[in-house]
Amino acid sequence: MNQRSFLRRFTRRTFSNPMSAFAFITVVLLLVVALIGPSLAPFDPLKPDFRRIAEPPSADHWLGTDQNGRDILSRIIHGTRISVSIGVAAVVLGLALGTTVGLAAGYFGGRVDTVLMRAIDVLLAFPGILLAILIISIFGSSVANIVVALAVFSVPTFARVSRSSALTLRTLEYVQAGRALGGSSLRVLLRHVLPNAMAPVVVYGTLRCATAILGGAALSFLGLGVSPPTPEWGLMVSQGREIMRSAPHVMVFPGLAIFVTVLAVNLLGDVLRDVMDPRTRT
Amino acid sequence: MVVFLLRRALAAVPVVFSVVLLVFLSLHLAPGDPVEFIVGPDTPFNLDREAYLDQVREQYGLDKPLHEQFLTYLAGLARLDFGQSFRTNADIFEELVPRYAATIELALFAFMLTLSIGIPLGILSALRPNSWLDSLVTTTGLVGVSLPSFWLGLLLMLLFSLELGWFPPSGRPASALTAEGLPFVVLPGLTLALGAAALVMRLTRSQMLEVLGEDFVRTARAKGLHERTVVLGHAFRNALIPVVTVMGLQFGGLLAGTVVVETVFAFPGVGRYLIQAVNNRDFPAVQSGVLFVSLTFVTVNFLVDALYATIDPRIRYD
Repeated sequence: MNQRSFLRRFTRRTFSNPMSAFAFITVVLLLVVALIGPSLAPFDPLKPDFRRIAEPPSADHWLGTDQNGRDILSRIIHGTRISVSIGVAAVVLGLALGTTVGLAAGYFGGRVDTVLMRAIDVLLAFPGILLAILIISIFGSSVANIVVALAVFSVPTFARVSRSSALTLRTLEYVQAGRALGGSSLRVLLRHVLPNAMAPVVVYGTLRCATAILGGAALSFLGLGVSPPTPEWGLMVSQGREIMRSAPHVMVFPGLAIFVTVLAVNLLGDVLRDVMDPRTRT
Repeated sequence: MVVFLLRRALAAVPVVFSVVLLVFLSLHLAPGDPVEFIVGPDTPFNLDREAYLDQVREQYGLDKPLHEQFLTYLAGLARLDFGQSFRTNADIFEELVPRYAATIELALFAFMLTLSIGIPLGILSALRPNSWLDSLVTTTGLVGVSLPSFWLGLLLMLLFSLELGWFPPSGRPASALTAEGLPFVVLPGLTLALGAAALVMRLTRSQMLEVLGEDFVRTARAKGLHERTVVLGHAFRNALIPVVTVMGLQFGGLLAGTVVVETVFAFPGVGRYLIQAVNNRDFPAVQSGVLFVSLTFVTVNFLVDALYATIDPRIRYD
């Protein structure tokens, strides 16, 4: 795909529709906040202030304070880096593993394909975040283990998507020409198959990012993820629920942050799919 | 049909075996000595640490060679013996059965809600593409898949039970099949269903749009059939196949979702049991909970395959 036409189509598609423009701007903002966020936060996210417990939004605490009198806005800003990096890292790891498995299975076919895809079927037999829960209960909850657990959960999707691309690609003339010219399997896979199999993988990667952010937040909510007092969105919702009746804002705002983030990433994934997949282009 | 089902059942055997093997091995994948892992750092005050470890090692058969342990484990499963909880010494199977019933009730209730929200709205929006209903459905669909279920559950609880008092906030005093228990399953069921309904809706819509453009639909209309017969009898039936596949996966998603939703609503099912077991470091209970849910999921997928073959006879002859 021509680089310039891709960018032009992407921009046109993104800004022709208010929803996708919102998504694009939100995702850019989130990345900026994740990178430089801590210096934007008006307060220390960890410093309690027991004179101002669970106060509703006000002029100095825009989103109010939590059960320990900490500024919720500052905690959400700091939490952006954690949630976004958990989501991105889990997808990058899952993508790397899954695409390797899928490309190898599709390209080599035969017994390699059977063995690899049966292994993937076993992973698929554990629904949703169940395998992640098992992994965390074995290795303990740390950011690295959450990333691994969520990555394992993404591997089957990437494996299936890239396998089906590889199955098509290996019959194409330029891939066969690469082989005929004496290129090793690895070279053909890396130079000819991988670049052309990337488009659907990137689309799924974006959509999986949304799932991984949700999964990470859910694990922390369940007490299996990041531990307090870290400002993590799912954990903040979990802590806010205890005073939900008298101070609903403590639970509502961090949840809203998760929702808006996931919504924006999902929308962006849809835009990318429209732009990259000519079949659904309208 | 029988041959088809048998073949599918046989194909599921290695998957079931691998799931059991993986769950069994998970204890041995943990870093360090599996006994230390089960026991954790604490020792009862009246026991010597080593003696205690030996006792637990023997209780769980961890002093035997690995293959022997696995055979014992398999034989136990065949007798529905899932072993004992490390924390309460209770028989895990007996603990799981009533909770399993609760979870299945919740998942089925959510599943029915999913279908009764997702399919009609999907069909309606496909019949009027680009109408206000269509954009509403599309937007709701996107919102539905982006909402964190634990947060949605808390919002529903805040609004419908704490503020309005329409439904009880948590617990499950009786089965959802009784008048007393039914209100307790509504909010958790709705929480689970909204996300899944969004997906079913999006898929039904796109499949219907595709099928409605087909020649046989035009033919049916040209024959002068009633619009309802065309939509439901001709188009919907053919749009159904991918929807059924996704519904099967969705049921698995609902099962996994119960873990979160049961925790939110203090609903005494397998999911909540599992999370409590993880937090109590009760690993034998964790293993059995994971196994229970996964094997249910494999069974559901098998049933979906059977349903699939009933809807589309061509599949049987692959």
